[in-house]
Amino acid sequence: MDITLLAVDWALVLEKFIFIAFIITVSLVVALYMTFGERKVAAWIQDRLGPNRAGPFGILQPLADGVKMFFKEEIIPTSSNKILFILGPSLAMITAMLTSAVIPWGDKAELFGRTISLQIADVNIGILYVFGILSLGVYGIMIGAWASNNKFSLMGGLRAASQIISYELAMGISLIALIMITGTLSLGEMVHQQKEGWWNFFVQPLGFFIFLICAFAECNRTPFDLAEAENELIGGYHSEYSSLKLGFYLFAEYINMFISSAVMATLYFGGYDIIPFYDESVWGLSANIMALLGAAALFFKILVFIFIFMWVRWTVPRFRYDQLMNLGWKGLIPLALFNMLVTAAVILFLKK
Amino acid sequence: MQLTNKAKLVDRKPMSIAEKIYLPAIFKGMGITFSHIFKKKVTIQYPEQTRSFSPVFRGLHILNRDEEGRENCTACGLCAVACPAEAITMDAAERLPGEEHLYREEKYAAKYEINMLRCIFCGLCEEACPKDAIYLTETFAPANYSRQSFIYGKDNLVIPHPTENPEAFTKAKGLIDERKAKANQQTA
Amino acid sequence: MSITEILFWFLTAMAVGGALMMVTSKNPVYSVLWLIVVFFAISGHYILLNAQFLAVVNIIVYAGAIMVLFLFVIMLMNMNADNEPQKNIWLKIAGMIAGGCLLLVFIAAIRQTEALQIQKVNTGGQTGLIHLLGKTLFTDYVLPFEISSVLFLSAMVGAVVLGRKGD
Repeated sequence: MDITLLAVDWALVLEKFIFIAFIITVSLVVALYMTFGERKVAAWIQDRLGPNRAGPFGILQPLADGVKMFFKEEIIPTSSNKILFILGPSLAMITAMLTSAVIPWGDKAELFGRTISLQIADVNIGILYVFGILSLGVYGIMIGAWASNNKFSLMGGLRAASQIISYELAMGISLIALIMITGTLSLGEMVHQQKEGWWNFFVQPLGFFIFLICAFAECNRTPFDLAEAENELIGGYHSEYSSLKLGFYLFAEYINMFISSAVMATLYFGGYDIIPFYDESVWGLSANIMALLGAAALFFKILVFIFIFMWVRWTVPRFRYDQLMNLGWKGLIPLALFNMLVTAAVILFLKK
Repeated sequence: MQLTNKAKLVDRKPMSIAEKIYLPAIFKGMGITFSHIFKKKVTIQYPEQTRSFSPVFRGLHILNRDEEGRENCTACGLCAVACPAEAITMDAAERLPGEEHLYREEKYAAKYEINMLRCIFCGLCEEACPKDAIYLTETFAPANYSRQSFIYGKDNLVIPHPTENPEAFTKAKGLIDERKAKANQQTA
Repeated sequence: MSITEILFWFLTAMAVGGALMMVTSKNPVYSVLWLIVVFFAISGHYILLNAQFLAVVNIIVYAGAIMVLFLFVIMLMNMNADNEPQKNIWLKIAGMIAGGCLLLVFIAAIRQTEALQIQKVNTGGQTGLIHLLGKTLFTDYVLPFEISSVLFLSAMVGAVVLGRKGD
């Protein structure tokens, strides 16, 4: 195959550029409002009302929070490693945003006579890409933690790193079972298959469950938020951070949540498929409207997952470190292996 | 020896499978938290809504006037003596001819100060007052930038004038009357 | 120069520069971070060779897991320039000889590549993609593949045995 990259399709570049800008804006805005949603959900679960003073129903609250973050004093500790201290939050933010590249946000749309794929890059190893970026997410935390030159920060960073590495294994094994069923690593192809047939959740409920728990752990969310256990480690890896850099860390967590919700919806709940076991093409709507509806369906699923993230956070207390490791290594990994073996056996049996 | 029936033996039985995998308990907990989303919220939207106070609530002080707007206080000093926190100071002055519309008695408090940072809001000044002059209100939680501004003088303490500012006066007076009624009820 | 070439030279410069910085950095944490940069450059090379699978696996395994463990250990050891032990002169000489030998082996290996290039199997540039890679691994190279998995198993068992010693 002769690769000629010199002949650049500028329209394609422009299209992708606009789409990337759009996706990034959307994930930032969603993350912004997730902070608001989190406070509201927390309040409701605790029989309170939550922020309701800034704007109608308090919807301007995230702006107020942002402005507050922005105008706080930016402190870089003198004994810290300055370059890495700044690199940490930036890395956390970048890795959080990168995953959105391979998620199919909707079906193909037609605009200005072009067929536009609502996916930034349909690489044939999409799921591995997600996985690779996830495994890089730990660097932002670790570098920031070490650069702070603070023992509590370092402990938080180490906890985060060991936790993410441990849960990545179970997550990977649960994904292998899924890949065996779909026979592809491309997320676009997976959604396509789910659109035609069953949602993967119905085939892989146990796998989904393991994936969900691991996603909680990867996002450093309660009950797995040992990295920032404030009653043991002050603020964990972001103890020394202030102002916008702290904001970056907190924001990266929410973007991570958003992206992993999107990944879960894509992998197990049919992505932009609107109704399971139902062929939506009988509605006879145009491709553009179907693409929009599909994107809306995906968005709805993402919001449901985000709610589950918050719901769990305000229900389940934090694990102790040994409990965390026990659950990861002795609980989830054997379970995921069992799931994988059973899946393989069933596939072999059915193919015969 | 068993003193009460409150003692509870710790259950050290090995966990059953359902307990070991934790999930039933977690789902139960999630059910509980979910049901709380739809419960009635206990929040009181403070500046708009206020909580109704108990009859014995003791807030900031107020110095009373009679119906003609004359100050009741005669600067006898009983409140200052009664005050366990020594928060009250006053300077007495003699009422001059022509000031009868300002002060009810021949002697009045030229300066009357309560240090709200020292005050413990015990209400003993209210009990000590023979002239129906000082009352504790339901106002609370003042906020300010300096310690000096928490020393309340007469300008902060005296009840609004009944003819100059009748609305505020009736409101404050109403509170006092309510308070008196409640106090009477309690003693009766 | 085509874009591929520009990318190639950029990635090459990144890889070599990163490697040099990794070796010359005083601070071990910097060394690890530069090594990660090198891995990224190499993954970029893999992508240029249309071997996306290898590229991503390189990132997941090396940058994502192994280097995190390295970083872990180095951060916990808290190594500074001032508590670095003074090395024996003989140790330095021995190191130089060992490094020189390694360089010799590399040069000898690279000299052979010209002969190997002739044998290059043309699979239409799809060699690096998962389907072909999987097929090749499980047909032509099934024995080395299985032997390496046994090696990993033995490493795992060894780790468990070492870990249980404490009890």
